[in-house]
Amino acid sequence: MSSTAVNKKVLTTPIRDEDLADLNVGDVVYLTGQLVTCRDVAHRRLIELGRDLPVDLKGGAIFHAGPIVKQKDDGSYEMVSIGPTTSMRMEKFEREFIRQTGVKLVVGKGGMGTETAAGCVENKAVHAIFPGGCAVLAATQVEAIEDAQWKDLGMPETLWVNRVREFGPLIISIDTKGRNLIEENKARFAEKKKPILARINEQIRFIK
Amino acid sequence: MQVTEQTEDRAAAVQQLTDVMWKFTSYIGKRLPTDVTHKLADLRAQETHPLAKAVYQSMKDNQDAADRLDRPSCQDTGVIQYFITAGARFPLLGELEDILSAATKEATIRGPLRHNAVETFDEKNTGTNTGSKIPWLDWEIDPKGDGCTIDVYMAGGGCTLPGAAKVLMPGEGYEGVAEFVFDVITQRGVNACPPMLVGVGVSTSAETAARLSKKAILRPVDSRHPNPNAARMEELLEEGLNEVGLGPQGLTGNASVMGVNIESSARHPSTIGVAVSTGCWAHRRGRIRINADLSYEILSHQGVVL
Repeated sequence: MSSTAVNKKVLTTPIRDEDLADLNVGDVVYLTGQLVTCRDVAHRRLIELGRDLPVDLKGGAIFHAGPIVKQKDDGSYEMVSIGPTTSMRMEKFEREFIRQTGVKLVVGKGGMGTETAAGCVENKAVHAIFPGGCAVLAATQVEAIEDAQWKDLGMPETLWVNRVREFGPLIISIDTKGRNLIEENKARFAEKKKPILARINEQIRFIK
Repeated sequence: MQVTEQTEDRAAAVQQLTDVMWKFTSYIGKRLPTDVTHKLADLRAQETHPLAKAVYQSMKDNQDAADRLDRPSCQDTGVIQYFITAGARFPLLGELEDILSAATKEATIRGPLRHNAVETFDEKNTGTNTGSKIPWLDWEIDPKGDGCTIDVYMAGGGCTLPGAAKVLMPGEGYEGVAEFVFDVITQRGVNACPPMLVGVGVSTSAETAARLSKKAILRPVDSRHPNPNAARMEELLEEGLNEVGLGPQGLTGNASVMGVNIESSARHPSTIGVAVSTGCWAHRRGRIRINADLSYEILSHQGVVL
């Protein structure tokens, strides 16, 4: 486990606009406070079905994740494994979700699109990437599960309210200025592939 | 009397193999195969971008924590797929389907595994990781054999999403195959937890290519196709994709892939079926060889005790 670096940037919930103003895409931050799992159906319920979210997210942080949770004999929950899921699935809802809830930090995997980037600018919020597949590392940074809402959605979709300490690394992928790291990267990848393919294609003309 | 004993022996044998298979299925969710672990160590050592290095370090910390705490290393333990090469004289050939279903249920409880089987059209999660045709079984018969080799694969959502197949016209040639692979990986690969293992099927139709592309990622990371042209194409695609430099999680870096494996069949002269399957960096697969007396050997992971 990496030790705490001197210049480690830690965000604490409730997050204020000024905490995010100087963050740029590619910066690495950590989160202390409350982190609520929130994915496909929870987004749909709020935005499309108009239901009130049972957790207050103002100044808060959500995690696109469907964890493995164990219920202990005393009824309390233990976080076993919790890694990020593909954020792009929530693109359809996220701009409006940010506006309605006042959430400040959206954590997930991979990038999100132009709508979410617009939502981040309008409401001074950021999207960050937690390294995909690192689910046990993430679980060890969850101190406790404080609440569970909408349990009717099943284990992956329940809103798990986690108390986390220095949760990360979180790599800022959309900042409050609207820069979008993964979209920028994808454009670069598309540009780079052209000459590479031209070179490969010279060498695989097996049909003669 | 003799019949009863035989029935009891058979039930005991079924239980014995079920125990081995649930333990192995659970095991592969917690520890990566030896070839993948070595490849990730190489990529981590060679990485020069600071952000990419940090992500590789998180990946290593994660696998160490999963091993220490005996937990599934990724929360998405996938849909369970078994790729079976069964000897025609394997004693439990007829029981194997039921055994693997029972093993999946047991691994789900004991692993634990996340509940990942949603009954299609009913849209209900079964809660057992079993359902219609799930766990998915793929069969090949070894006509002379009396043992059985099983590849277990956890098909997670993220690395399954880029999967694609299409049928090219011969005029598009192998160049069309290369372009298809590059398009899939550069457009959709960033969400599939790179560095990925890329499987390419080159065959006669969409479904034959798709099956072969999945079989390709069951092969070891640094293995090569026996045909020299195909092996050359594997190398070229691997080098080329790495030059694009997706890096871990698509954050840019020195590599994009752990490797590119091609599987192929003969094809219709008028078609080139091509498909791509991707395995994420946390490529959770395992290969076990079961003998006729139900003794076994784990081929994919060194030093396993079930």
